[in-house]
This record gives sequence, structure tokens and C-alpha cells, in this order.
Amino acid sequence: MIDVNALIGPYPFRFLPHPDPDVLVRVLDREQLEAAWVGHLPSAFYRDPTAGNAQLYTALAQFGSRLRPVPTIRPDWPDWQRALSIARDAGAAAVRVYPPQWQLAPGDTRLAELAIACGESRIPVILTVRFEDLRQRAPLDVAGDLQAAAVRALARAGKGVRLIVTAAGREFIEEVHWGLTPDEQRRVYWDFSWVWGPPEDHLAKLLRAVGSERFVYGTQWPLRLTQNPRANLDLLPPDLASLQLGDPTQMFAV
Amino acid sequence: MNAPLIDAHAHFLHAGCGRSDWREVNAARFRAGARMGITCHVASVLGSYGFNSPTYFPSPRDVVIGNDAMLGMCDEHGDLVRMLVVVNPNYTSHALDEIERCVERGAVGIKLLASRRADDALLDPVCALAAKRTLPILHHIWQHRRRDWPSQEISDGADLARLARRHGVVTFILAHIGGGGDYHHTYAAIRDVKNIVADTSGSGVDRGMLDDAVGAIGSQRLLWGCDLTMCTGLAKLRALELTGLSSDDDIQDIRWRNAVRVFGERAFPALAARREAPPSTDRAAARRAENVS
Repeated sequence: MIDVNALIGPYPFRFLPHPDPDVLVRVLDREQLEAAWVGHLPSAFYRDPTAGNAQLYTALAQFGSRLRPVPTIRPDWPDWQRALSIARDAGAAAVRVYPPQWQLAPGDTRLAELAIACGESRIPVILTVRFEDLRQRAPLDVAGDLQAAAVRALARAGKGVRLIVTAAGREFIEEVHWGLTPDEQRRVYWDFSWVWGPPEDHLAKLLRAVGSERFVYGTQWPLRLTQNPRANLDLLPPDLASLQLGDPTQMFAV
Repeated sequence: MNAPLIDAHAHFLHAGCGRSDWREVNAARFRAGARMGITCHVASVLGSYGFNSPTYFPSPRDVVIGNDAMLGMCDEHGDLVRMLVVVNPNYTSHALDEIERCVERGAVGIKLLASRRADDALLDPVCALAAKRTLPILHHIWQHRRRDWPSQEISDGADLARLARRHGVVTFILAHIGGGGDYHHTYAAIRDVKNIVADTSGSGVDRGMLDDAVGAIGSQRLLWGCDLTMCTGLAKLRALELTGLSSDDDIQDIRWRNAVRVFGERAFPALAARREAPPSTDRAAARRAENVS
């Protein structure tokens, strides 16, 4: 399995222990994960993520396909097409965008343009609903959560668009999924790093209703314990014991 | 997993909670608990969970209905379930009567919600009774309250610390360090108040949360628990072994021995016989004795 939601680098609002790529590789070994798609956490908060992307490419270079870069691209920044071209040349697994942190509202056409351009390059776009629970955020962290409307708008932007939405909960996923046509639904994948397991069994309900093929494995390391999604799978009801998650490397084959 | 495991913070639903799936949710808790190796769910029922009165401000009538449902769970499931009696301290005499009623039928502790701020004088009679009956109090906590939030009169670690200092012989369980808010504030607020222990429950699974808890208050003041999300409970259980701060002995303390100490051996007769007297437990007892004196 591939962890599509890993990051390196510090977080501005609390100390993170060892958010480094060599530590991430050891975590992948321990958790028996094949590889990770890795973003650069501070870049979510930079005005211009260019330097953060360069740092990411450099930091991951020695780890080959085990840690694939996921650069951050701001579609409201001049010449973002160049950043996408660099990402393509660097073998980026995906591109990260952060609409709340950049104050880009749902339906912003610049986001749609980037998602379409990524799709044309067969690069999925990763969205992050939240880094932390709303209740624990620092007073300066005022961005708020990603809105479900933003995901719906991007899923409707074009047939070639592929999205991975990370850190969503059950209500968010259901609101988006059932607000899209079947074709649009197939453009959206979800990690379940923030989905509740038993006793409410939100994950089980989603896997049954939305389909396990729509879900991919993501941990949100180094912010959250990597053990969490695995524990969630281990506690699924017996009828879901042999489920198959979606394969993030095959998103454009569908 | 053969070692005992006590979930110190669990809840069950009941027919009066307004949810048609209440049986399935309870069954899911037992299903996941069996998978994880939970020996005992120390649980409470929070009134009608908002159906007839607010979850965190349950009416006296809903308090009784909920506690009756919890007593029924204990009767049905034997040693697999232990009960905390829920009360609303705004109704002092009712709260005291309800504690006596449920303790007579086996409740092993008291659960306080967010009906009144933790340091309010109205909690003193409840704490006095807890001291008299040697009952721990699990108190719902918001980790660092910076403002009021709707539907609850929230308390944080500093509020609970003021209450705990007034009632030094009572053990207070600070609820869910992973339950929302800034747990670093909590660690600083309770570090020196040795009659407060904390449970690890809550949906939050921040890396560093457990390490910092062990570093701040020690393994002998942590109780493992799940609350509403058992996946995060299992994740934290697995992560505990990797913190590098807890020995195997410490992990057993967090898994169950601290709970036996806090709730009393009478709460877990089957486990009390298995309980060894590890040095770590002795250290915790010594620390508690220091605080009491």
C-alpha cells in the first residue's frame, strides 16, 4: 500500500517530532507500506511555495520511488504553469493545493484551471480538509477547514480531473459524493485518516455505501499517528475483511 | 494479546437516546473491544444524549433513565462492563442520591459532564461524597478553553486542577487528552496536581501527544481509553510501545494497572488477583500519598 498523505518539514503551530524523510522511510518499513507520496508541510503556509518545492525535491532525491514528491502549486500565483512543468519533470506523484490557506473560495476558476492542467499531465490534485481539529487550532491559524463545495466544484471542472481529498470525515465525504454524478464521483478519491471507526463505524458505512475503490491509504504523517488508518482497517466488521482499496497509481486508468 | 486491557472511558447508547441504531452501536463497541482484547469497558450513559435534554446538561429524569440503562448493561454483561454514575451537579440532592443509588448497585465511579464548570462550588458536595465512598471522578474536559462553546459549560485542565486541589483525597480522571483542544495546556495545568490522572481517549491522534503526556505526568497517571473512537484507541495503544519513554511495565500500567488502582480492586476482582506489585505502581502510590499529605 502507498501512503498518499505524508509530509515532511515542521508545522508552524506545534512541535512535530522528527518530520524528516529518513524517519519517514523507517516508519514505512515498520508499517509495511510500499511507498509514500510526500508533500512539504511548511509550503502550505508560504506565500510562494517555490522554495519549499525545491527543498522537497532535494530532500527526497536520494529515496527514489519510495518517497515521491508532491509539490505545492498556487494557481493564483504568476507563472504557476512553470511550477507544474517542473513537477512533471521531477516525477511528481501529485500536486497539493490549499484553497483555505490561500483564501480561494469554492468555484474559483483558477483552481479549476490548475486541476484541468494537472489532469492533462495525468497528475492528481491532493486537497487537505484540515491539518488539525478545529478545536485545537492556534489563534493565528484562521484559515478554517476546506469546504465540501470546493471539492464538488473541482470534481465538476473536467473529465480529466483526479482528486484525492485527505483528512475528511464522514459527513464531508457523503456531502460531496452524493452531490456528484456517477462520472464525477469517479474522479474523487478519499483517504480515511480522519474517518471514525467503531463503535459508530463511519468507515464501514462509507466503504459499503460509497465503495472501497474510492478510498486510498493515507496517514497524515508526521502530524498524526501512522497506526491510525491501519487500526481502522483492523477493526472493520467481518463482511469488510477482504475489501480492496483504490490504487492511487491507477487513477488515470479508470 | 493476553495482558488485560481496561477502557477507562466508554459510553453505551440505549433505547431512550433517540437513535434507532443504538443496539448496533453498542454491539460494535463489543465487537471492536473483543478484537482489541478489551477486558473491561468502564462506561457511562449520558442521559438521553440530547433527545429529551442536552447531552451535557441532562435533566434529572434523563440522568436516572441513563443510569438505569447503564445498570442494565452491567447486569447483562457481567465483568465485561463497569459503570460510572452520571450526575448533574446543578441538582445537588438528586446528584447525591443518584450516586448512592448506583454505587449500591455496583457503580465504580462518578462521571461529570459539562453541566457546571469544574471549579464551581456546586461540585464540592459531589466530591465530598466521592471522598467518603472512595470513588474516582471522570470529568469531561476541553483541553484549553479559550472561549465558551455552545451546548456545554466547558472546563479545562486548569479548572479541574482547582477542584482537585480542594479535594486532595479524590482521584480525578481528566477526560480524553485526544478529545479536542490544546493538550499541551492541559499537561502544564495538571503536572503538579498528583490526584489528577488523564485518560488517553478521543479522536485526536497527534504524533507527540502520548510522548508529551508521559513526559509531563508520567505513565502512572495515564489511563488508556477510547471514548467515541476505538480506532484511535487502538492506534494509541500500538503507538505507546514506540514512544521510547515507557517501559513494558509502564505500558501495563497504562493498559490496566493504573485503572485497577484508580477504580479500586473491588471494581475488577478477576484482575486484582493478576495484579502484581510492580515498582512503577509503588511509585505512583507514593506520589499520591505525597499529594494527600
